[in-house]
Amino acid sequence: MAGALDDSGADLELVGITKRFPGFTAIENLNLTIPAGSFFALLGPSGCGKTTTLRLVAGLETPTAGRILIGGKDVTDSKPHQRPVNTVFQSYALFPHMTVLRNVAFGLYRRGVPDPLGLAHEALRLVELDHLAGRRPAQLSGGQQQRVALARAIVNKPALLLLDEPLGALDLKLRRQMQLELKSIQDDVGLTFLHVTHDQEEAMTMADTVAVMNKGEIEQMGAPEELYELPKTTFVANFLGQSNLFTGPVVSSTATSIVVDIAGTKLEVPRERAQRHAGVVTIGVRPEKLTLLTEKPKAASGVNVLGPGTVTDVSFSGVSTQYLVEMPGVGTVTVFAQNMVFGPVVNRGSEVWVSWAVGHGFGLADEEGVSPRFAPDDDTRSIAQQRRASLEAELDA
Amino acid sequence: MSLQEAAVLGRVDETPRPLKRPKARRGNWGVAVYSVVILLILLIPIIYTIVFSFNVPARTNSTWRGFSFDNWLNIFADQRVVAAFVTSIGIGLLATLAAAALGTAIAIALVRFRFRFRTGLTILLFLPMATPEVVIGSGLGSQFLNIGVDKGLATIIIAHIMFCISFVVITVRARVASLDPAIEEAGRDLYASPAQVWWRITFPLLLPGIVSAALLSFALSFDDFIITAFVRGSTETFPTYIYTAAVRAIPAQANVFASVIFLLAIVVVVAQQLTAAARRRRLAREGG
Repeated sequence: MAGALDDSGADLELVGITKRFPGFTAIENLNLTIPAGSFFALLGPSGCGKTTTLRLVAGLETPTAGRILIGGKDVTDSKPHQRPVNTVFQSYALFPHMTVLRNVAFGLYRRGVPDPLGLAHEALRLVELDHLAGRRPAQLSGGQQQRVALARAIVNKPALLLLDEPLGALDLKLRRQMQLELKSIQDDVGLTFLHVTHDQEEAMTMADTVAVMNKGEIEQMGAPEELYELPKTTFVANFLGQSNLFTGPVVSSTATSIVVDIAGTKLEVPRERAQRHAGVVTIGVRPEKLTLLTEKPKAASGVNVLGPGTVTDVSFSGVSTQYLVEMPGVGTVTVFAQNMVFGPVVNRGSEVWVSWAVGHGFGLADEEGVSPRFAPDDDTRSIAQQRRASLEAELDA
Repeated sequence: MSLQEAAVLGRVDETPRPLKRPKARRGNWGVAVYSVVILLILLIPIIYTIVFSFNVPARTNSTWRGFSFDNWLNIFADQRVVAAFVTSIGIGLLATLAAAALGTAIAIALVRFRFRFRTGLTILLFLPMATPEVVIGSGLGSQFLNIGVDKGLATIIIAHIMFCISFVVITVRARVASLDPAIEEAGRDLYASPAQVWWRITFPLLLPGIVSAALLSFALSFDDFIITAFVRGSTETFPTYIYTAAVRAIPAQANVFASVIFLLAIVVVVAQQLTAAARRRRLAREGG
């Protein structure tokens, strides 16, 4: 049976986890520690290995190599029903032949906890669904089913709660609402949450710590603000929000900053915000940090200026307006400008300059030869890999 | 065979019912007449059987002599009819139980696992349905003879299990395929042992499929004459008894038993339809 269940959750430690499926490797030598009581998000495109990681922790898959420790105890070889872990599945996976109450009480009955129905009612009250306890899952809306799935998992007070894209099937408004609810429930019950998602906004809103996963490896890990303000790789810079990236050689460097030559323009980046300080580097800046100028600004220290360029597209999105500026020799630069005045500030075809404070730039760790522009090919590639694996399995039969 | 129809009809109600039906219009007289004629043709043998179960008893039951309840009141008078009937029911129950258990296991294996000879097994399962019964019957008969098994109750049951399995696998397989594997994973995740996952989650969810497969199996087994005739030895089942009796004279009790089965099947179907309708109404009321 599940060992001592700690009210404040337990650490999760993954040591050198590798998972190979026939035909492809889902996870390669993954090391990860999630401290007790934290809300941890694994973020990545589909096929990056995040769901596999979750299933490994739940015990629904066995790792090819490596160990899994929960609260310091090695659970690598124990079966799912022996682990102090509960999962909220993407499809909710409620038992359709049981009432909502029986669904929630299921785990309690299996473990022989006293007063399972009372505790189940309590968990249902937490998700504000106690009045529907007698219904079948099919009679509930998607959002209600999601909350039942959540109640069914947290009622067991697991050391670790796993959330597999639990909000993916909900519409945008409901998703936002559930994000806040999940976050407040985590504050209430104080369990360790491991949340898997491909929605960067969701990961950033909810988690204390976000790990960005790509191709079976963790690219960068940290607090959401840190990841956003200081991405270390091209993948992170583009997967978490949008970025303008420029690649060029470092032409000079001082104790506090490096200067990169981008098609003849010198751009400065603070030394501590750059991962590499010599050779050809990729630097970037977030679109909302840019200011659009209709006249060439005077050179000033502490400000980078790029231009002139031509506005090729203006799109209004409510809070802000997105401008695409074609810079000769540099490429397209995206600018988000807050809508402070009525209507766009510049029109298509206008000649503009963009500027930003040096402190807002960042330098990436990617080596030369890696395409600096984010190509979202991960999905199709992973789908192709999975197709191949299933085809091979079919041929084996 | 009426039970067979019952099994098939029982599955019809799983498809959602359209909310609004197109109204019948004038000019559909042709359709109505046609339907009535077809129904009559289908029902005449059954009506004949029922009517003649009320015939005044005599040595033969081929001419109408007048109305009487004698055959129904003396339903167990002819020991041979009763014995054959009981034998058939027993064979049907045993063969159904075995075929349902084995067939369900095979269906789960086919949907959930990839293994060597999976395609081969699928073809093997379809073969008994495609092969003429005389071929299966004579083949089985000579095989039993070759390996020196005495023909009788056991060989009949084995033969019936064999052809019933195919129908069980096909019916249950659809049910397994529509079952989200995550539901069972959720069970494992919520501290249920493999046995508990099976009895509390998988089995209840597959049950409707298993039940309709079992009804079909029972109907096929109870009804089977050709294969049974090759492997029965001296055992009499209801169909083989009727067949041999027909040469001389079929006792009127045979008509009574046939009528009872028919009425039973009707009751089962109607009950199923009524409970399904009640469940739909309840769902509609609570779900609103």
